[in-house]
Amino acid sequence: MLVYLARRVVYTIPILLGVSLVCFALVHIAPGDPLVSVLPPDASAELQAQLRALYGFDQPYIVQFLRWLGRALQGDLGTSIASGRSVTTEVVTAVGYTLRIAVLATLIGFFFGSLFGFVAGYYRGSAMDRIASFVSVLGVSVPHYWLGMVLVIIFAAILGWLPPTGKGDESSLWESFRHMILPAVTMSVIPMGIVARTVRALVADILSQEFVVGLRAKGLTDAGIFRHVVKNAAPTALAVMGLQLGYLLGGSILIETVFSWPGTGFVLNNAIFQRDLPLLQGTILVLALFFVILNLLVDMLQTALDPRIQRS
Amino acid sequence: MLSRHTLALGLGLMMTTALAGIASAQEKTLRIAMTAADIPRTLGQPDQGFEGNRFTGIPIYDSLVQWDLSKEKEPSVPIPGLATEWSVGEDKTKWTFKLRPGVKFHDGSPVNAAAVVWNVQKVLDKSAPHFDASQVGVTASRMPTLRSAKAIDDMTVELTTSEPDSFLPINITNLFMASPAHWEAKFKAASASDPAEKAKQAWTAFAADPSGSGPFKVTRFVPRERLELAANDAYWDEKRRPKIAKVVLIPLPEANARTAALLSGQVDWIEAPAPDAAAQIKSRGFKIYQNVQPHNWPWQLSFAEGSPWLDKRVRHAANLCINRSELKEALNGMMAEATATYEPGHPWYGNPTFKAKYDPAAGKKLMTEAGFSASKPLKVKVQTSASGSGQMQPLPMNEFVQQALKDCYFDVELDVVEWNTLFNSWRLGAKDPAARGSHATNVSFASMDPFFGMVRFSSTKAFPPVSNNWGYYGNAEIDKLIADARTTFDDKARDVALAKLHTRIVDDAPFVWIAHDVGPRAMSAKVKGVVQPQSWFIDIATMSMD
Repeated sequence: MLVYLARRVVYTIPILLGVSLVCFALVHIAPGDPLVSVLPPDASAELQAQLRALYGFDQPYIVQFLRWLGRALQGDLGTSIASGRSVTTEVVTAVGYTLRIAVLATLIGFFFGSLFGFVAGYYRGSAMDRIASFVSVLGVSVPHYWLGMVLVIIFAAILGWLPPTGKGDESSLWESFRHMILPAVTMSVIPMGIVARTVRALVADILSQEFVVGLRAKGLTDAGIFRHVVKNAAPTALAVMGLQLGYLLGGSILIETVFSWPGTGFVLNNAIFQRDLPLLQGTILVLALFFVILNLLVDMLQTALDPRIQRS
Repeated sequence: MLSRHTLALGLGLMMTTALAGIASAQEKTLRIAMTAADIPRTLGQPDQGFEGNRFTGIPIYDSLVQWDLSKEKEPSVPIPGLATEWSVGEDKTKWTFKLRPGVKFHDGSPVNAAAVVWNVQKVLDKSAPHFDASQVGVTASRMPTLRSAKAIDDMTVELTTSEPDSFLPINITNLFMASPAHWEAKFKAASASDPAEKAKQAWTAFAADPSGSGPFKVTRFVPRERLELAANDAYWDEKRRPKIAKVVLIPLPEANARTAALLSGQVDWIEAPAPDAAAQIKSRGFKIYQNVQPHNWPWQLSFAEGSPWLDKRVRHAANLCINRSELKEALNGMMAEATATYEPGHPWYGNPTFKAKYDPAAGKKLMTEAGFSASKPLKVKVQTSASGSGQMQPLPMNEFVQQALKDCYFDVELDVVEWNTLFNSWRLGAKDPAARGSHATNVSFASMDPFFGMVRFSSTKAFPPVSNNWGYYGNAEIDKLIADARTTFDDKARDVALAKLHTRIVDDAPFVWIAHDVGPRAMSAKVKGVVQPQSWFIDIATMSMD
């Protein structure tokens, strides 16, 4: 196990290096000036050259990349061009906010997804299966930014029950939680749909296996069989959940923008529009790191839950 | 002995009074949702365009010369700010500014000549310990001829320009005065040993806890979330001493999110509400304020070789064929009809003979004279973006113009590119491959300053890549008009010279003038004393709340 873990950690290095290199290249290939946020288009050519030199953008790309990489290895992701704040602080703060709604959304999604999946799989072909399947397909298909706006209109603008945007006053736990509800529910719809469809297929597959017939023949009750089905479906469902959490950590740009939630998606969106190179690179690198670590954790959790899975 | 009922009544009354007090205190907090995605920089020279100046510039800081934001009906003009008077010397490059006595920064230190020099150095003197590259871009480009500052005595400062430039007093409305003493304190407290790194740390600390001399002081700053301001009760201008105790600024970049925040009572004021929601906002008792802004949303035409716009008749025809009032209706009234860069009534409007009114018959006649017809339309390509700062609603607006011009024998092709690409292409000019063969570009711009409103689009010295004369419009005669305006130092005479320049521009029509933004903002009816000036800015200090 330790050898496996060490190997996985070593594998992380080329992945992160590749991510940072691709990200750096993509940002430079894209049109636009990295100094656009501090340099208006009417700035003189002299001023442009002066600022480019001051920020080090007059250096060859390879020099810029290596300098950035050197600092990143020491934990310094640089300074945001637009805000002048430390990228590390910006990203860490944003990750904290995204983590909050991503975890809540994953829990909601996993709970309802598993519920719908088990019900649909266990009662395959019944009306309950059709309803649960419909809900899960809807979850995967509905554009979540649209759903977010609809929820805002209903629960904030019309009913006035929940705040529509922002993260609220953090001195009040309840107020903070109220601000999380709408974005988390909106975000949970996709994992819910995916988990439900996966679990439904798993349950159907497990129920058709011989050991279930054996259990029934031994006289096990439905509840007992259900427990066995859950136990067998859990590793895969957990793996899917872990991946979904990873996706939610990096893929919430639309939702965070709709709800003005100051997480990684919101930061990334701003960084892209402002061509804030250090912030963009730093955020992507941290998200990539998260994804890799999350995958590793899920793999380890799977091994712990199912000893049949051998890691060597 | 008090009876239970009396005691209950008394307690009830006390609680009601207390709650009313709390409610009243809460109502004195004005919560504003900005369109910016982050709090504009608070260290003196804001970013995020003029929204930055509006919310973290003017409320927190003062400039030597400031904009008069007290009038709705007249164009906003520069008035004395921290400087009470100014004059230019014999050689026309040295300006003397007399400072207002008794003004203090929020930290209590005095606003004097040394402080002004320090603030000029922060963006122009690379050798100064407090020079900050991040503030240079947004500042130096807005005062292109300012070179240095010198203290003559404690309350007199001399500014030097690279050439005679009568626009300087307008330009320096963009230079906000931060407190040197407060920065020095941050510098001393910084942990780094390298002076440059220490200065960087000091500016970061200053941004989190700034000190200006404006009508509001910063009390709390949470990056990307909120900026809280409190009234500066010792503000030097009694008329602008705030009546609202606390202002909270919240970045909400998404128009629908802002609208929902207003409708749900989360904020009291939103910038740029979603146009489709205007009726709903009004029906819920909120007020929408708007006024014509020194903003232009035009097509800037190419005068490069082979451009179809080289024929003046064609340029005039395009200006005559757009029914701007219909476009305004399509935008729910959230625009003003543009017939020139500056509209009649503005001191720089002048007396142009060409009037860009809606007259399709005259437009068609000109097109026929130029050799075009319905069966032989003139092909033009226009570069625009799908979104962008100040771009209003570029796609539906351009499609409207495309359709309108079709009736006047134009065959318009729209080349939609990403906003930053369009922005960069603007600087590279019509002849550059980035223009992709376009004959016009659709980049909106601010025009409160004569350099930004006229000079950079008409001077031969502003041809790409030097500045934004994308279409290569200009000649020696226009350069002479510009030089006349720049070297006329009496304010009224300078306005006359600028009006001559504008007259020439309108008659030449290097633009198809289409719309001016009106800066719509929706507010709770509780907010009183709102004056929406003809400006990009608005004065929060003179407002009150019920």
